[in-house]
Amino acid sequence: MTTAYFLILALLTVSWFLVGRQRASSIAGADPASLHSLPSYHGLFLAALICLPMILIFIVGAPLAERYIEARAFSGLDPATISDELGRSAVLRDIQSVLAGNYAGTATPELTTAASAYSSAASITSWLLLIAGIAAALVAAMFGFRLIGPEFRARNSVERLVKYILLACSAIAVLTTVGIVFSVVFETIQFFSKVNPIDFLFGLQWSPQTAIRADQVGSSGAFGIVPLVTGTLLITVIAIAVAGPLGLFAAIYMAEYASPRTRSIVKPILEILAGIPTVVLGFFAALTVAPFIRGSGESIGLSVSSESALAAGLVMGMMIIPFVSSLSDDVINAVPQSLRDGSYAMGATKSETIKKVILPAALPGIVSAFMLAISRAVGETMIVVMAAGLAANLTFNPLEAVTTFTVQIKTILVGDQEFDSAKTLSAFALGFVLFFFTLVLNFIALQIVKRYREQYD
Amino acid sequence: MTDIASTNDIPVTDTPRDALVKKRYRAERRFKFYGIAAIVLTALFLSVVLLDVLFKGIPAFSEYRLDLKVVADQALLDPQKTGDRTTLLAGNYDKIIRDALAAQFPDVTTRADRRALNGLLSSGAADDFRRMVSNNPSLVGQELTVPVLLSDDADQFLKGYQTNEIVLKGTGTLTQTLNGDAYALRSSGDDFGKAFQEIQAFLFQRLDRLHTEIARLEKTLQGMEGDAAESLRGQVDTYKAEAETLNARISDANTAIELDDKLPSLLVNVNGGTIKATQISPAGVDGTKLITPKSAEPASPGSWSILTLVTPESNRRVQDQAATWLEQLKASGTIERGFATRFFTSGDSREPELAGIRGALIGTLWTLAVTLILCLPLGVGAAIYLEEFAPKNRLTEVIEININNLAAVPSIVFGLLGLAMFLNFFDLPRSAPLVGGLVLALLVMPTIIIASRAALRSVPPSIKEAALGVGASHQQAIFHHVLPLAMPGIMTGTIIGMAHALGETAPLLMIGMVAFIVDIPGGITDASTVLPVQIYLWSDLPEVAFQAKTAAAILVLLVFLFVMNAAAIMLRRRFERRW
Repeated sequence: MTTAYFLILALLTVSWFLVGRQRASSIAGADPASLHSLPSYHGLFLAALICLPMILIFIVGAPLAERYIEARAFSGLDPATISDELGRSAVLRDIQSVLAGNYAGTATPELTTAASAYSSAASITSWLLLIAGIAAALVAAMFGFRLIGPEFRARNSVERLVKYILLACSAIAVLTTVGIVFSVVFETIQFFSKVNPIDFLFGLQWSPQTAIRADQVGSSGAFGIVPLVTGTLLITVIAIAVAGPLGLFAAIYMAEYASPRTRSIVKPILEILAGIPTVVLGFFAALTVAPFIRGSGESIGLSVSSESALAAGLVMGMMIIPFVSSLSDDVINAVPQSLRDGSYAMGATKSETIKKVILPAALPGIVSAFMLAISRAVGETMIVVMAAGLAANLTFNPLEAVTTFTVQIKTILVGDQEFDSAKTLSAFALGFVLFFFTLVLNFIALQIVKRYREQYD
Repeated sequence: MTDIASTNDIPVTDTPRDALVKKRYRAERRFKFYGIAAIVLTALFLSVVLLDVLFKGIPAFSEYRLDLKVVADQALLDPQKTGDRTTLLAGNYDKIIRDALAAQFPDVTTRADRRALNGLLSSGAADDFRRMVSNNPSLVGQELTVPVLLSDDADQFLKGYQTNEIVLKGTGTLTQTLNGDAYALRSSGDDFGKAFQEIQAFLFQRLDRLHTEIARLEKTLQGMEGDAAESLRGQVDTYKAEAETLNARISDANTAIELDDKLPSLLVNVNGGTIKATQISPAGVDGTKLITPKSAEPASPGSWSILTLVTPESNRRVQDQAATWLEQLKASGTIERGFATRFFTSGDSREPELAGIRGALIGTLWTLAVTLILCLPLGVGAAIYLEEFAPKNRLTEVIEININNLAAVPSIVFGLLGLAMFLNFFDLPRSAPLVGGLVLALLVMPTIIIASRAALRSVPPSIKEAALGVGASHQQAIFHHVLPLAMPGIMTGTIIGMAHALGETAPLLMIGMVAFIVDIPGGITDASTVLPVQIYLWSDLPEVAFQAKTAAAILVLLVFLFVMNAAAIMLRRRFERRW
């Protein structure tokens, strides 16, 4: 049905494009310059007039049609079976399998009548939609056809439309943000109607499993995010402790010491590292690094959890080295040469120049590079899902298992969920906190970089 | 730059100037070394990751198969002689294969033994046979050689992942004495002396380990109280008792040692049979038969051998009996190692030896197709608007800040968006490439917009001005002249964005692409999974064989990424123009 509709749409569009172009050329006759717009713009104008109404009618009509079809199908059924969303979708599935002829068992008479009502309503509405669409399109096209003439400014109209389309494209980015905010905010508000925000932000226990029976063990339904915050913090601190020095020193070397040849070798290495999917690094962390740390810890008499924060943090640190180094590299390169020259003229060595002139000058940029790296580490999912634990321990011992925001979101939302339980909603609240935190961090970092660039431009 | 003043306070002391200069140069060298060390460490990490995956993954590309001679028995496959495909597909191929395998081992008579023997085969062992016959019904009734897939445990054993093997060729003449069911083997050479020493060394090692463990536990026990201490003390006592018995067993260099399942297995291959040693002394072994020797004649030097499976039987998934069968099959040349085409042609499975990545690959392809179709036009459109048409006002600024921030939003948040918007609000199908593609398109769009804007900006204004000068409209100048010249840059950005999308896992977990899906998806609304998610799913499974499969799937993913990035670099090299 949908396919047929859009096939006809495409056919009409192409044919009216040709008609419009032909019409414009024939009006112009031997003197093409007599037209204001090129013939193809007239064609495009007609094509747009076909497309827009048909798409509009489909967007408005299709959901209406679906609602009508469902209403017709449900009209003969027992109201009890279709009282809730679950029952309705079950009945719809049954009807569809009856129509497709693969219904398991024999259909009840009610179901058969519902199925026939469904199919007749479906065919009526689909025909109606098609006819309405074609009629609207043809009316619009006839109207446009009469406008075609030497004076008609088809190009201007088409270009105005194109501009709106381009604007719509860039509006998608804003819509995405709005979509993200809406999808997390609504659920978060719902969550806070069940759980006190104070308990959420300052509670020391995280155990989202809500008890179904009163005497159930291990289902306290505690939603305090402090253990998650400390867990995320612990892993992030380890990651930055690894990536900070390594990334910064790599950037300094690349910007100040390396020959172009060395740069051309080292840069791709960092790019490859940045391009490795995190699921691969997670596999490496869980199956190679974690057992190694556990083994070496035990050989010196330490008890190490098999899902230690250290393993996840180390590998995550390695993952964000390229972020730190490429951003720091940029800001170090942006420090004006005159500062370096001034320092050398005073007799300073290269390292003294770097330590006392370049780094202080580049500090704001480096700070923002670190902030971006932190936000990357906080939002990283796969490495911690695979290598860090699920247990929400409130600890700062890197050898123990901790859990993070992303791990909890993933754990709660993968698999079946009921959408009104506090447990499911809590994942959205966590997502909200995560989104808000990274957004603020990024925003500040980008502003710092922007101001810093302006300073030296 | 007020900080510059601080460079002046290089300490001027009474030490000779040379010493100070030397010190400063040392600091210089040290500083440079830190930079090199950082880069070397990073490169080292990268190579360790890649090599680790490579070594873990390579074995999964090959598999062990049996080449079994079977008769495609009419009575079992097509008793009515209909010759049609459905009947042939439903035939009892398993029985034929199992009978053919059992025929190779006349010793196997009991039900338990037969079950163990069948355990060597994969549950999909008959698939190739079935496919052969159903595609070519004329094969019914003929004698064929069919490839039969082994189980993952057998495969792992043959690849050498279950135990190390040591083979000692017999140097003396071996005599067998049968005493009821027990065999007594004696060699005229010192073969068993060597084996005995090995076992003794193994026992000493174990004793050593026990002693260190006891010492460690006793150290922790000091100052411990309560139940935990009590249970630990119990542990220490068991270890001590074990050490005591071990001591007794190896106290005398010449006493026979009982071989239990916590010691390496000694298997003696003689006259086409295999005897498993239950007791060893320097003089010889006593044991039971795993495969009956064809004759009881004494075996000449070199014609018999002692096979040691170093990992104790209790720590192995393939027991001695099965190992013996596999060794015999290998010796008879029935087992061959081949390229595991199945890995690329079949969907997911619970059986490691049957699982493949075809479903995930096709799912990835559908998902990326949706992503590309959506994000390329949208991203380029947005870039053109922002670069060429956008007025300098508040709205434009908001859009720009937005795009920059979106590029840094954690990917899992996009998963939340997909779940709440596309699945719950718009009611799109779960686990479908359609939704996955939508989410990934939103995820990579900022990357593409930023890259496209840079590409558009790098086209010199003179091009546009020339077009405007000869009377083109603003849009004609852009679409006919600027955009084509910016295309290589846009394509490079798009490929890099797609490579990013290819490796993305977290948002796809949120929208249900983690389901266990065996079928190959046929469209964008079918339930499917993608390669990175498949990697995640397999990495979670307990079977060791899946570890290799995971690494192999990672290798495939990395190859795809490598190809995409190489294409981007090629494109950049080929079309990049300096104006």
